[in-house]
Amino acid sequence: MIIIGAGVIGASIARVLSKYENLEIHLVEMEPDAGWGASRANTAIIHGGYDDDPQKYPMRARLCVRGAKLWRRWVRELDIPANFSGILVLAFTEEEIEELHKLRERGLKNGVPGLRILQDRDVLQTLEPNLNDNVRAALWAPVGGVINSIEAVIALVENAVDNGVMTHFNTRVLSVKTSCSEVVGVETSRGFIEADVVINAAGLYADEISKSAGADEFTIRPRIGEYYIFDEDAGPKVTRVLFPVPTPVTKGVAVIKTTEGNLMIGPTARDLSPSEKEEWGTSEKGLEVVWKEARRLVKALPPLNKAIKTFAGLRPEPPHGDFILKSYEEPYGFINAAGMRSPGLTSAPAVAYEVVRIMKEELGIELEEKHQWNPFRRGIKRFSKATNRERAELIQEDPDYGVIVCKHRLVTKAEVIEAMKRIRSIGAEITVRGIKYRTWAGMGRCQGAFCILQLIRLIAEFEGIALWSVKLTKRGSEVGIGDIYTLV
Amino acid sequence: MRKVYADTVVIGGGAAGLAAAIKLKDLSVNKVILVDDRERLGGILPQCIHTGFGVHYSKRDLTGPEFAEELSSFVLDRGVDVFLNSYALELRYVDYYEKSVIVASRKGLIDVRTRTVIVATGARERTVYEIGIFGDRPAGVYTAGMVQALMDLYGVMPGKEVVIVGSGDVGLIVARRLAMQGATVKAVIEVKPWPGGLIRNIVQCLEDFGIPLLLSHAVRRIVGHERVERVIVTKVDDKLSPIPNTEFEIKCDTVVIAAGLKPEVQLLERAGALIDPVTGGPVVNEYLETSLPGVFVAGNALVINDLVDTVAEQGETAAEGAVLFMNDKLIAKYYLRVICGSNVRFIVPQVLMGLKEEITLYGRVIMPMRRAVIRIPELMLSMQQAMITPAEIFKVNISERKISKVVKLHKLTINVLESR
Repeated sequence: MIIIGAGVIGASIARVLSKYENLEIHLVEMEPDAGWGASRANTAIIHGGYDDDPQKYPMRARLCVRGAKLWRRWVRELDIPANFSGILVLAFTEEEIEELHKLRERGLKNGVPGLRILQDRDVLQTLEPNLNDNVRAALWAPVGGVINSIEAVIALVENAVDNGVMTHFNTRVLSVKTSCSEVVGVETSRGFIEADVVINAAGLYADEISKSAGADEFTIRPRIGEYYIFDEDAGPKVTRVLFPVPTPVTKGVAVIKTTEGNLMIGPTARDLSPSEKEEWGTSEKGLEVVWKEARRLVKALPPLNKAIKTFAGLRPEPPHGDFILKSYEEPYGFINAAGMRSPGLTSAPAVAYEVVRIMKEELGIELEEKHQWNPFRRGIKRFSKATNRERAELIQEDPDYGVIVCKHRLVTKAEVIEAMKRIRSIGAEITVRGIKYRTWAGMGRCQGAFCILQLIRLIAEFEGIALWSVKLTKRGSEVGIGDIYTLV
Repeated sequence: MRKVYADTVVIGGGAAGLAAAIKLKDLSVNKVILVDDRERLGGILPQCIHTGFGVHYSKRDLTGPEFAEELSSFVLDRGVDVFLNSYALELRYVDYYEKSVIVASRKGLIDVRTRTVIVATGARERTVYEIGIFGDRPAGVYTAGMVQALMDLYGVMPGKEVVIVGSGDVGLIVARRLAMQGATVKAVIEVKPWPGGLIRNIVQCLEDFGIPLLLSHAVRRIVGHERVERVIVTKVDDKLSPIPNTEFEIKCDTVVIAAGLKPEVQLLERAGALIDPVTGGPVVNEYLETSLPGVFVAGNALVINDLVDTVAEQGETAAEGAVLFMNDKLIAKYYLRVICGSNVRFIVPQVLMGLKEEITLYGRVIMPMRRAVIRIPELMLSMQQAMITPAEIFKVNISERKISKVVKLHKLTINVLESR
């Protein structure tokens, strides 16, 4: 069987299906590495499950709550940085307080535990010292939090590969092939892959895949969200995730402390045309909105000159707001896991279990569990997160832990080399971005001005290739156009 | 963790750190440890292959690598303990008599306990995110320092058609370097109405190579998927705000960000030193001592300099201060703030304590002035100067005797005015 897309949805499905004996699983991804679509640029929030109306969006309402619970186990099994510090939804007016009550009701219907409405100043201030003084009440969702979303995808793929999943990176699916109303495989940029089950987790491109399979025709719109991220030393930060009262379109601009300790604000929500799936650029207007909106929620933000990066992410917005998660009588064997807009990340583990149910119940596939399935994966040991005593031990075990490559994030050569080995072990292509996502090198205040060249040197050495030909991201992103002496 | 003891630890082996270490040895300091994270000494000098280095310090016009070579040999000859490939993870002010520097290397972690520290960690380059450029972040966007290192340390040609953002000296020199190597430098774009670099460099780096300089212009967006395809440029008004409907595009495959430097002071910030928001470096006194007693700073970690000779001079001043500190002779007589008056962006040192007989103030103006006069009303002092521009640090030398008479005013205001 084939899973199209190694984002958080495809990777979650791959991991869960890798438990079964009688499946040959191919994870196919058009990018050189895992998680380079919507999974790489989002809030990374594990949502509270109060926002999704069970009448309008039954799939979202159900899977979000279940997914949030599953993530708690998954982050431990897979060593994913996470912080379940809870979410506060803030009300500034009488109408918004009413809205909080509706959200609470909705959350209760969805089965969210722990929700309560707080109006006591001192309780609110204790929960969040940086809360804006104009806040009159808040919905407190203590089960929510943040994870490191890109590390999550990487961890899921590593674990899936460890359990026998085969990967195909740099491989774009051109079409899903059917014969006599049954799926027979996919045509890719690197040839045909045979399969009797194809799961479409192609994110922004899921509409094209579904159409080519002759299943539902729908349009995925990219919805752009822009963000600011601040220096890890810059404050004031927040201790909880802060949200305004949501609108029908969006949960609004949040104020977040990432698992790496940076304050982050965003996102906006602006719909692009379906043809703009490669438009990841930031805009002056969007960032202005982010700043203004975030500013409302807190006493203070760090000064703007402490922002170290702005970026934009694209969410795959389905036509009617709910996830498209289903199988078809025709073509038999095709499953859509599409339109995974927010809370897609939160729901991902539940989506994977739902796919198992669909395979068993709707496609009638008998699944045998493996005797030996490894649920565990360990992350790269991070020098920056170790105590000085642990650091000394790390260097003793591997002297490359004593070579600092990224000054601002304290990333060592040992971590970079381990990242390259791991990229190779999942069959992905080694790129500067891939190393950044695995080690956090280049994510500090100089944004790689000091260390990118060190990363490039290490990649060139590891791969035995010319420095200029090292790629920052995908094909066409080589660091240079050639060697100086060969050009002259 | 192994403990090591020293009289002075110098953090950073660039021009400032090397000059400081040399001076410390010349002043007979016994145990000097110099820590640097690179594989060789010299800091950023080895990638600056143009001349103009060491004119005052060495009385010769050297290239960056030559000057680095000369300073390094002095350091090694004098018996400084040089720790290469070693990174100072943490600086801690233990107490007046003791500071701790945690150093990581392949050999492990060591805790260097020392009486004094000279921080000479240099600067970092401002990034594309700090200068209001929106849009995509494809390959082909580099800082000027990265381009220098790519070309002259690693022999990599970054691109064919280049737009340079910022007309400071580094931007101009990189423009010339790229043009010499056969790239087409389509424009150097400067948001201010005057160039950031020296006139000499405008002539030698741009005019001689036919490279256009667009003043009062700003790059607003970078466009490109995997690689830069073009930039969107706009004219700006005198408040540096974009003027509507003046946008145009320049096709290019490379954007070089040469928008200035920022002192690299994470160690000092985390140690609790007071930082000047304007210079980005710490607040210091005449001997370049920070608000942490016994912790000194020099070079671009203190303030962004334009001449390496000034950097070396600061290294020497900090070394002299460290020696006085160790001999308990750094005795503050008063506490006087130096205030930035008319047309002055910053002044270093920011605090005067009556420590030194001859004081050098380093400053930068906001706007260029042709016939300038530096006025310090508290001292009733006026000094004529032919031309002061933001491209060049101006120096004011004052004798302490004059200042000691006005300490009751608690401040000294530096103004740069147009002379009539």
